[in-house]
Amino acid sequence: MDALIPQLLNGSAQGALLLLAALGLSLTFGQMGVINMAHGEFLMLGAFTAYLVQQVIAAGDLSIPVALPVAFAGAGLFGLLLEVTIIRWMYRRPLDTLLVTVGVSLILQQAALQIFPSQGVPVEKPGWLDGQLNVLGYGWPLRQVFTIALAAVCVTALSAWLKYTSFGRRIRATVHNRDLAETTGISTRSIDRLTFFVGSGLAGIAGVAASLIGGTNSQMGAQYIIPAFLVVAAGGIGQLKGTIIAAWAVGVALSCFAYWTTGSLAQVLAFILVIVFLQVRPQGLFTVRTRSLA
Amino acid sequence: MTKLKPWISLGGIGVFAVLLLAVAPVVLSDHWLNNLGKYCCWAIAAVGIGLAWGRGGMLVMGQGVFFALGAYSMAMHLTLETAGDRVPGFMVLYDPLAPLPAFWEPFRSAGFTLVAIVLLPVVVAGILGYALFKRRVKGAYFAILTQALAVALATLISSTIRETGGDTGLSDFKYFFGFVLNDPANKVMVYAITAALLVGCLLAVRQLYRSRFGELLVAARDAEERVRFLGYDPANVKLVAFVVSALMASVGGAMFVPLVGIITPAEIGAAASILMIAGVAFGGRASLFGPALGAMAVGWGQSSLGSTWPEGWTYILGLLFVVVILFLPHGLSSLPARFAAMRRRPEPPPAPAIAAAELEEVRS
Repeated sequence: MDALIPQLLNGSAQGALLLLAALGLSLTFGQMGVINMAHGEFLMLGAFTAYLVQQVIAAGDLSIPVALPVAFAGAGLFGLLLEVTIIRWMYRRPLDTLLVTVGVSLILQQAALQIFPSQGVPVEKPGWLDGQLNVLGYGWPLRQVFTIALAAVCVTALSAWLKYTSFGRRIRATVHNRDLAETTGISTRSIDRLTFFVGSGLAGIAGVAASLIGGTNSQMGAQYIIPAFLVVAAGGIGQLKGTIIAAWAVGVALSCFAYWTTGSLAQVLAFILVIVFLQVRPQGLFTVRTRSLA
Repeated sequence: MTKLKPWISLGGIGVFAVLLLAVAPVVLSDHWLNNLGKYCCWAIAAVGIGLAWGRGGMLVMGQGVFFALGAYSMAMHLTLETAGDRVPGFMVLYDPLAPLPAFWEPFRSAGFTLVAIVLLPVVVAGILGYALFKRRVKGAYFAILTQALAVALATLISSTIRETGGDTGLSDFKYFFGFVLNDPANKVMVYAITAALLVGCLLAVRQLYRSRFGELLVAARDAEERVRFLGYDPANVKLVAFVVSALMASVGGAMFVPLVGIITPAEIGAAASILMIAGVAFGGRASLFGPALGAMAVGWGQSSLGSTWPEGWTYILGLLFVVVILFLPHGLSSLPARFAAMRRRPEPPPAPAIAAAELEEVRS
């Protein structure tokens, strides 16, 4: 039991990070059907943004709160650029989108490798994240608490935005029936661009969170992309609650497996777990009923 | 995609075979012949990807898994053959008294190794494919799952340094089924076996494409539901294509080991699996020769530019993906047909028929 609480808390933080990475994907993949393999590199952009912001504001306590919106905007603009130049031509060929974005991610990785030192850059943790929170006798690092809080804020903001704002309604209308949405006067093209901007921007926020927990280097995006996709797939397409539960479950599983075995073996086991789960429920945890045949 | 007349494709394979087996050994130096052999290994895997992806519509992004099954089977046998009665050197490095892991033991036998190279991928791909296709997992899900498997396997091998050599991999093979690998004549023999296997794979795939099975496979790619309504089970058709492609990847991997002399997790992980896809996309996924020639071209780029100018090569590879998929989804091999179509009538050719079917897959 004593060993269980740290694993649960650690795992929740890992899950929150995964959730942040998967949130943008669940928007672009879940809502638009675009498989963006460069999403991990947008996350990397967010992490490097945190580093760059710290170069400007000299690593004060303010740097991370400032970095969050900057990373959101920066990664979002990159996403917008990708949508406008490439992805807009590919909506009819989803599988090919996957390959095109693989190419984009290769280019971005290499660019990051050349711009920044290859061993990565240090992102300093602000002082207010140094402490620990005492939970049932276990000192829970505040950094992990911060990740969870950030994930909670992002999820709440995203779902409220989708549900209550006029933008959100237009996005949902476009997803449900593109032609009808167009008929009612919604510009589906600009909705596509907006969705992609927000989805990529969320990756930027995830990157800032990731820079506080792990290393910031050109390879970091590749680490997150496959687990994030698995989380979205296991949670069910177009369902935020599924993504949340799946991310948390994978995070806790990773943490427990890592406790019992080793870190890399834990990854293998978690992957296998998700793959087996998808055998049982190929549509994920929650499904949206559609009238399509397959 | 117009169908090639039977004698054209057969003649093409013939010319290809003569070039690889008769001309290349005479013209090329030992070094380049060895390199060509390496490209042939990738090409063998690529022919399989062409079958599964180009014809079957299954984007196999984890062929590294099957490449690894073949490669590590072969590498374990060659390591044991080199070590003789002793335990392989890298195992003793960490623990002088380390016993040989149980799963290594059967690979002492040459016969078992050859059977394993064929049967392991068939069994693994069979189980995996059966489970996935029967549950109608397809499209992006299938691609991501296979890629995840490649990542998982590479991570597993990296982390089990005592059993599999970890990131340093397996290397320093001296014998290949009794032949001394350093002998130039034996090197040519290993190359010739690889080239012959590539030609064999091309012949097999050509036969498959021309058969009723090939027609069904394309039908399952373009309109899976209709195939189901007609009374066929698309899952079985796709399963066979997937298993055959896995087998080819395994054979490519197995020959890669004696030719290159080393196998590491880097050769089978996510990046390597994507590299295999790159060649197929470049050459033309659904054509007969496209995947093999594309893979050889990309292989050449990887081993020459990739070592002399690694930054540039990564950019080129990335751009290759973007440009080819965006403007030339059927690869270089579709260029002649495009020009012919443009000459006949000036308007652009109609969008490829696969589009609608793929959209259905993701949206469903």
